[in-house]
Amino acid sequence: MGPEFFNILYQFLVNFAFLLFAAMGLIVVLGMLNIINLAHGEFIMLGAYLATLSYHAGIPFLLAIPIAVVGVGIFGMILERLVIRRFYANKLNALVATFGISLILSQGVLLVFGPYLNAIPMPFGGFEYGSYSYSSYFLVLAVGAFGLLVLGWMFFYRTRLGMEMRATIQNKDMARALGVRGDHMDTLTFGLGAALAGLTGALYAPTTTVVPLFGQTFIAPSFITVVIGGGVNPLIGALSSAGFLSTISTPLSSEIGAFAGRIGLMLAALIIIRFLPQGLSHYLQDISLFGWSRFIRKARKS
Amino acid sequence: MSAPGDSSTKAAMISFVDDHGSFDRQSMLSRLRIDGPQSFFVGPLFWIVAVAVLAGLLIYPVFGSVFLASNLTNFLLNVPLALGLALLWGHCGVLSFGQMAFFGISGYCYGILAINMGGGSLTVLAAAIALAATALVAVAFGYFMFYGRVSGWIIPVLTLVFTLVLETFLGQTAGYEWKIGEALLGGYNGMTGIPSLSIAGLEFNGFTFPLYYLVVILVAALFLGMRILANSHFGHVVVAVREDFERTELLGYDIRRYQLMVFVIAATLAGCSGVLYVSWGNYITPSSVGLLAATLPVLWVAVGGKTSFSAVLISTVLLGLISDSLAVYSGEFAFVLLGALLLFGMMFAPDGIIITMAARVRALIRKGGRS
Repeated sequence: MGPEFFNILYQFLVNFAFLLFAAMGLIVVLGMLNIINLAHGEFIMLGAYLATLSYHAGIPFLLAIPIAVVGVGIFGMILERLVIRRFYANKLNALVATFGISLILSQGVLLVFGPYLNAIPMPFGGFEYGSYSYSSYFLVLAVGAFGLLVLGWMFFYRTRLGMEMRATIQNKDMARALGVRGDHMDTLTFGLGAALAGLTGALYAPTTTVVPLFGQTFIAPSFITVVIGGGVNPLIGALSSAGFLSTISTPLSSEIGAFAGRIGLMLAALIIIRFLPQGLSHYLQDISLFGWSRFIRKARKS
Repeated sequence: MSAPGDSSTKAAMISFVDDHGSFDRQSMLSRLRIDGPQSFFVGPLFWIVAVAVLAGLLIYPVFGSVFLASNLTNFLLNVPLALGLALLWGHCGVLSFGQMAFFGISGYCYGILAINMGGGSLTVLAAAIALAATALVAVAFGYFMFYGRVSGWIIPVLTLVFTLVLETFLGQTAGYEWKIGEALLGGYNGMTGIPSLSIAGLEFNGFTFPLYYLVVILVAALFLGMRILANSHFGHVVVAVREDFERTELLGYDIRRYQLMVFVIAATLAGCSGVLYVSWGNYITPSSVGLLAATLPVLWVAVGGKTSFSAVLISTVLLGLISDSLAVYSGEFAFVLLGALLLFGMMFAPDGIIITMAARVRALIRKGGRS
């Protein structure tokens, strides 16, 4: 593998992992509850703050990550009980309410903790290949993204809770009729989405300065990933959409600049929703790895 | 007020069908109604108060100070933008977080053109081109969203992304390569020294009365115009799209076209506010386009009551006043409070705080009258 190729692959993996981590929590909540949590970026920021504050309190970084995951997850569940559940009847109002929450969180953190926190030093150091130098941590994150997908698959397809969640996504009323506890499920789902945001925040905290607007870097890419992926199947949605978008943004951002990558993402989203308004996961479901047997059965019948 | 199942909604649907059934051109003018089922505040008492307020605002410069008038202008010039969002969100059921982006596109376009034209009466042309450019961007952006028939949450999310991308773009324009003719975009410091609107030597700037008059008259005219639009055949179709777009489509209306038209109207109105703002302050920065700024229109419209233009007008001016005086102490604190207002408003008075209170008062009066 030549250095040039490795460089492109590295960029691609970094972008892919970023999009996947940014969007995973959001896409789970969208699929299950059919709402978008506009405070998702601020949840990520809270995760970064929890991890950074724990790290500075003397807790090792590897332990600070689960603290952030659990902390933000619990916060999400409380929020669902108190606020979000009032809005399942009116999805647009839910968006506005979470927008209000995001404002309170970002400005509140600015008020309480000031403009920035001392950063966590980036673990694992770096390496050089060809004329480029890389940091190993981003490769670890890329591996972690695939690990997250595998874990997600195991959760959704090998546990009872995961199966109940898939049932809820496919047909909420029917799932409830068959004994899935709806309100518990809603709380758990929102908590899971928040916990994933906390994970993202904790993992990305060492890569940059932790500021109250930390979440803002994530929201545009995560929303675009979700819009393109759709909520029909969270795993396929996140995987296909992050793969598609990083294929577009990697050449743009390395050849022209980070901003061109961002514009490319937005235009891709506009074109995709014009022609595939339900998101990639809706169209990929039947021919995907997971639905493969069904696809073959269909093909045999015809 | 037209919550689902509300009697006014039914009235709207009935009159909307009637309108469609007996369409004749002769009575077009007599069909222009300023009161109707789409308005919450109706009747002679409301119009007497409205005219009295307008008269008060017009007489104010005779005894008032330029400073206060200038401040009031700053709050009033947001009203076109807010009315547009009320039409889009309240009447058509399409939520957009991108109104400030259109405000900014128009403001920046006007700034670039006005600086290059060097002020004078040509600024009117600059304003017209800026509005046309804003409408064009809205048509292009809206086409992809509405003609794909996306689900309801995609539009707010994409308009928010649009806002973020625009803010990032404007923020990185600090270098000299971002000089368009004579105009320097200026990155986060913004574009400064933009000439105010002026017609035949009369300059509409932020520290004299002409702009105040222009804004007051424009706001009054737009308010009337929006009332007429909302209570017209078009307005009823728009509400029908919100209530049940499949049924509306089955009645023969191209709902995507109606959504797109309303989106473009709202964007152009936001553009109006953008031009007025630049004419008022002679500068514009990315932060008046960005994420924090994008909260404000949603706040004004949600807190006032998204289906009522009158309530939105009141809340826009009042909240502008409140957040302005809070920001003197602490900007962050002001935004935490505004966020809480938005959150609790949506939780306990989803139809709008002003509308909910007015409905309570109205119910009390009716009860009192009966007993």
